[in-house]
This record gives sequence, C-alpha cells and structure tokens, in this order.
Amino acid sequence: MKRLESIKDLERLRETIVAKNNTYEKTLSICGETGCRVYGSESLRQAFEREIQEKGLTDKIKLVFSGCHGFCEQGPIVTIEPDGIFYGKISEKDVASIVSETLINGKIIDSLLYEDPDTGEKIPYEKDIPFYKTQKKVVFNNHDLIDPTKFEDYMNFDGYQAICKVFSGMSPDQVITEIKESGLRGRGGGGFPTWQKWNSCRKAKGGTKYIICNCDEGDPGAFMDRSILEGNPHLVLEGMLIGAFAIGSKEGYVYVRHEYPLAWENAGLAIEQARELGLLGENILGTGFDFDIEVARGGGAFVCGESTALVASLEGGAGEPRDKQHLHTVDSGLWNKPTNLNNVETWANVPIIINNSAAWYSQIGTPLSKGTKIFSLVGKIRNTGLVEVPMGTTLREIVYDIGGGIPDGFEVKAVQTGGPSGGCIPNRLLDLPVDFDELTKVGSMMGSGGMIVMDEKTCMVDVARYFVKFLKEESCGKCLPCREGLKRMDEILTDIIEDQGTMGEIELLEELAFVMKEASLCGLGKTAPNSVLSTLEYFRDEYVAHVEQKKCPAGVCTALITYSINPEVCTGCGACLRDCPYDAIEGEKRKPHHIVTELCKKCGTCMDVCKFGAVEIT
Amino acid sequence: MFVTTEVSTYLAEIDGFQMKIDEGTTILDAAHQCGIHIPTMCYLEGLSPYGGCRICSVEVSTDGGKTFRVAASCSYEIHRPIIVKTDTPRIRRIRKMLAELLVASAPNVKLAQDIAARFGINQVRFKMEDNRCLLCGLCVRICDEHMGGKALGFVGRGPEKKVSAPFAIRSELCLNCGGCDSICPGKMIPCQGVKEPGELCGKCLRLEEMPFCCPMGTFGCFCENNPLDQ
Repeated sequence: MKRLESIKDLERLRETIVAKNNTYEKTLSICGETGCRVYGSESLRQAFEREIQEKGLTDKIKLVFSGCHGFCEQGPIVTIEPDGIFYGKISEKDVASIVSETLINGKIIDSLLYEDPDTGEKIPYEKDIPFYKTQKKVVFNNHDLIDPTKFEDYMNFDGYQAICKVFSGMSPDQVITEIKESGLRGRGGGGFPTWQKWNSCRKAKGGTKYIICNCDEGDPGAFMDRSILEGNPHLVLEGMLIGAFAIGSKEGYVYVRHEYPLAWENAGLAIEQARELGLLGENILGTGFDFDIEVARGGGAFVCGESTALVASLEGGAGEPRDKQHLHTVDSGLWNKPTNLNNVETWANVPIIINNSAAWYSQIGTPLSKGTKIFSLVGKIRNTGLVEVPMGTTLREIVYDIGGGIPDGFEVKAVQTGGPSGGCIPNRLLDLPVDFDELTKVGSMMGSGGMIVMDEKTCMVDVARYFVKFLKEESCGKCLPCREGLKRMDEILTDIIEDQGTMGEIELLEELAFVMKEASLCGLGKTAPNSVLSTLEYFRDEYVAHVEQKKCPAGVCTALITYSINPEVCTGCGACLRDCPYDAIEGEKRKPHHIVTELCKKCGTCMDVCKFGAVEIT
Repeated sequence: MFVTTEVSTYLAEIDGFQMKIDEGTTILDAAHQCGIHIPTMCYLEGLSPYGGCRICSVEVSTDGGKTFRVAASCSYEIHRPIIVKTDTPRIRRIRKMLAELLVASAPNVKLAQDIAARFGINQVRFKMEDNRCLLCGLCVRICDEHMGGKALGFVGRGPEKKVSAPFAIRSELCLNCGGCDSICPGKMIPCQGVKEPGELCGKCLRLEEMPFCCPMGTFGCFCENNPLDQ
C-alpha cells in the first residue's frame, strides 16, 4: 500500500475502493465473531469461498467475514445484501444451496429462515426480525459488512472521513465542543462526560500526554467491547486519532485483556495497516500531526479495568490501583503524565459524532444520556446476543421485544446490569428507562453493558454469592475493606446458603457493605457490595426465608431443599429408580416410588428424567 | 524539569482547627502538625504511603463543607483548601469494622490486637483465622525504598495475596539487612521451628541456607522445621 501524503490522497483511495465495491452485485456476509466461530463459521467461510470460486462468481459476489451480527443465538449467521436476507444456524451442507439458489437465482430458501417462536412465521429479511426491529444501530452500523482484517471495507463505509473533517479545518477546541454538544458520556460504566475528561487532559500541565483505549472487559457475560474491537478496529483507531488531536497527544495504547486473542490480533493488524497508509505515525496525511498507537495485552486481572490499576499494569507493574484520590489520571496517569482513558465503545462513538454532527447524535437518547448503548443480553432469555438500543429504552422492551422473553413460559424475576459491580433490578421495575442515572437510582449501574436476565428459578442469595465470590477472587487484595470484606461476605452468604445462617448475619452483611462502599480504595471495592445491597433491598424476604424458615424459595440451594415424589402423580415407570446415581429411590414397578431422604444427595437427576412431573422440591 | 521556587500554602481546617498547610502535605502529616492523632496501621514515617489498611480514613470536603467523602489521610495530598473531620460517627463506624476485620484475620499479631482494643472490640463476629501477615506492605516498601533491594514483593491477588521473594526463591538482591524483619508488625511471634526443649538450631544466625520458611510465611526464620510451613 502506498503511503497517503494528503487528505486528497485519502479521498482518491476511497473513490477507487468504492468504485471497486460497486462492481459487486451481491455481498454475502458470514459472521466471523467469536460466538459464530465457535459454531464453525471459519470452515463455513472456506466452503463458501470454494463454492463461489467453482461457480465462477468471484467478480460478482463479495464475500465478507464480518464482525458481530448481534443475534448470537442464531449463529452461525449469514446475510445477503443488498436484499438483507437473513439465514441463521447455517451448516456446511447448506452452502451449495445458498450459492445456487439465493445468490444465482435470487430465491429465498424457506428452511433456513428465522422462525418466529410465537407465531411460527418464517421471516426472510433481517429488518423484520423482532430481535432487530426495535434496535437502533449506530456503532454497529455496517458492522456486518466490514471485514475487520480489511482496511478497504472500513474505507468503503465512510471510514477515516471524520479525521479528514477534523484535519480540514477543525481546531482541537472545536472538536471538544462538538463532543460536548453531542452529550457523549463514558461507556465504561461511570458515565463521566467525555468532553470534560478530554478538556481536563488537554489543559493539564505537561508536554507528553497519553491516551488509552480500555478493552479490559472482564464482567461475566459481557462482550460488547470485544465485539467492537474484533469486528471494527479501525473505527476505534479513528476515534483515538480524533481524541489525540483534540487532547494533543502523540502516543496511545489499546489495552486489551489477554483472554481476547482475536481482539488484540485484529487491533494489531489494523494499527499496522494504518501505519502503512500513513494514518498513524509521523506527519499524518501531511498535516504535521504525529500520533502512534500500540497494543498492550493485559495480564488477566479483572481489576485492571480500573483506570489506575490499568495504568500500573501498562507501566509493567502489578495491576493494583494507586491511592491518589486528590489526583486524577487526566493530571497524572501513565508514567505520571496526563492520561486520557476511555472505553472502546466511547472511542467508537467519536467518529460517528464527527461524521453526523453533534446535533444529530444528541437527538438520540434521553436528556442526560445521549446516543445508543450496546448491551450483551444473556441469561434466561430466548434471544441471546448483542443489542444496540437508544438510551432510555425500557428494560421491558429489551427483555421482551428484542430478547423475546423467557423460555418455557417463566416470568422475569430480576435483571442484573452492570456486571459484578451492578445490582439486580426486580420485575416490578422493568418499565425503567435504561440510562446512566436511572440505573444508579435503583441501586444498580450501567456498567459496560452486561445484562443478565434471571427467571423465577433463580435464587437471589445464590446470585449475590456468585458475584461476591467472583469479586473476592478478583480483588487485588491491597486494601483491607475490599480484601477482608469480600472474604467475610462470601463466608456469610455461604453460611446462609448452607443452612447455617442467622438473622444477625444479614445485619452484619449490611454493616460490611456500608464500610466497603465508604472506605475501599478503588471502584472495585466501592461497588462490590452492590449485588448484596440490591438483592437485600428487593429480595429481602428470600434471605429471611433462608435464615428463618430454612427454605430456598427458588429451590436452588441444595442444603435447604428436599426432593420428594408425589404418589398421586407417579406412575411407577421406574425411570428415576434406574437413573438415580445414589440408589436413593425405592419402589415397586407400577406403584408410586419414594425417595430415601438419608441417601439423597439432591443432584436433581430424578427431576430431570421424570416425564410426569412427579418429583417435587420442598 | 522545573524548579519550584515557592511552595504555595492552602488553608486546611482539621476538626475545626484552621492552619496553613504547604501544598502536597498529606492530611495525616497536617493533622500531626496540629497535634491531632489519626490511627494508622500500614503507615510509617519515612516510607511512602500505601493506603492499604484504610484505618486512617477521614472525611474530606473540597467544596467548603457541603459534601464530605471518605479518603485515606495517609495518601491524600492537600492541593486546594479543604475541610477534614477525623472523628465522626461515620468514621468511627468504618474504623471499628476495619479493626474487627483485621483482628479476625490475624488475632495473634499484637498490632491487630492493639488496634482492636483501641476501638473497643470485645467480640469478633467473623470466623477467626490465624494469619501472621497483615499485608501492610511495610517490608516490601522498606526493602525497595531504603535498601534498594526489591527482594520482596506481593504475589497473587484477593485472598491469595502474600508477601514473597520473586519466584519464592531468596533473591540475589537481598542484602540480609534484616530491615523487613525489624519493621514487621507480626514479628512478635517466636520462632516455632525448635521441637526439643533446650534445642537451638541457629540457622537464622548463620544465614547458610535459603529461607524457605518463616513464622510470617515469608522471612525471618531460616530453619527447615518450621511447623507453620508444613
């Protein structure tokens, strides 16, 4: 690739790329994200390549091994543009028919279409599928048409147009004003106004300034940042370029957690491509502006997502937060230089704002939270995947309209947002509009966008313990309230689950939570009690039932439940008797069986194998 | 590098006591200047503040007393006029719980007992453990900052965190100065390596072998019979 010397060079290159792309009749996009790769989309791509080559269609069909399509439940996903045909759960045997029927003859293959589980109706086009219908794709726009390893694909969709706009006449202050007017707030969880951070860093004393992209996404069940960086790394790079120009930085880092190999691979490749083109390095596009980015791989600690711990890790030290409450990283961060740290999704929003104007962006969302937010919708829900919705969309819309509700006809019990530091929002608050402030008001937080849906068969004490245990192991162990507090919380919750709890312990939990919230060193410790506090607030009766009545209402905690067979329903088929691994079931053929409580280890096998629903939990 | 010619001072109000404080002074030092005592555990004059124990927490307001938030006084430097309260119900509640957590984790360390006694803890509501290390990090800091050794550091995280030599092997950087040992608040525990009455192994004095065991799980005793390590 030839180095681009000016903005005109870049425009010329874009024209050639767009002209070449216009020669294709159709685009076949295979989702190449981690989720679909697990289902075998890599071999699917090879099969499509072979098939297209054999049929001599390489000049007519463009094959894209793209970023995430969002609807992970249906993976591997294949879409065909410009019609927008959506095929889900594709396997290699479907390749030949898709090429011959849909690509050559333009026919839609009914058997591969998405079927609405409620109506049984087959839906041919992506835009009509309920999962996609109410979403608003801003960051994920064109995500499914861009191959992350190909610079040309990003250029084809207005790539690096925003930086051209900035270079051709905007001053750093104008850029910051534009971001201010857009109302963009940090997507990492805190929701701090992005422009304010940029402005403080710009005004901070010191010649050398750094900018960092935080992709140390460690929340269980969250994969938004991963998808953006894996699927469209150039978007993040362009955002960082604009940020660097506004702040006056010459060096940037993309901090990616070690467990995301595809993300650091794709980010590294994109940086190399941008360097070759002269979009990174010295004298970018002949403007005299220098900026370069490096990928740094995280060491695998959850706490490294915290800004000061991330900085310590980047400096080569242990990932421990620094105790400098009087100083912000914008004044003294990496190597004690002013440092601006933003989350992947925040950086990805920047070029979009510059391209479409702040006025356009600020129309989306609520008065105080602008734009869209990507959530990873997981848990007990039909449509698992990534969803992008405008801020202010209610939880009910996300869970029921987009997520398709709970399988097996159960009701939502709670929605957990914000990862381990967030809280559980109960069913009665489902009409809550999701934005930074509303979630904080009910004791949870936006976090980076994890959303775990729980049904009635979930025990909230068990959920709280899961998150406390996770944080206990991930706490850096530096400060006493977090290290010891989480250890003791885990002990108490385990006691409650294992039938050893007392009422005094619930109060002790609250006391511990207060001290941890107040006195912990960093954000991890300060938000760690949220899962306990929110479950105590909304599901206190469950805690009391565990401690006082020695019952687990959801039937999850094995120490507090007993399995029994209802003799009126049992047909004596003997299925449970055969399958019980502990020989704890007795009974004659065709007569009601019963469980010997002393032998029962509560594994639940009998319940799973019984076809008549005779096994009950009390 | 720039040379500071004049240090600016800021008005600090600590427990109602107003005084001018040089920029960059920590709240803890400023409080000492006014004669106000703030309890500490992981702090030692002459070593850099660590901010680990949080027992020195105080309430700080930078907006003229409208809102107060909790901060560790050992590491909070004064860079603007502030109001500090060192002894409020909120702070007492925090310190008391921290003392309880500390003594429950290391009841046999004198310093932990002293702190617990100071805050009037008569009973611990948690399961007692017998840790000998408070994870105060004094040994790590004295080795690095005063001896230039860096022979000790923290290993692991969360409940697994401990002080250790790199790769658990006695570092070549160790000068055998004993600084770590002398500063350790847990060192009151006697050597438990000797089994027979009257026996003296003396290995800790001869320094012949690598210390792979010690009462604190890190350093101090050089004999191989330490029951705590088996």
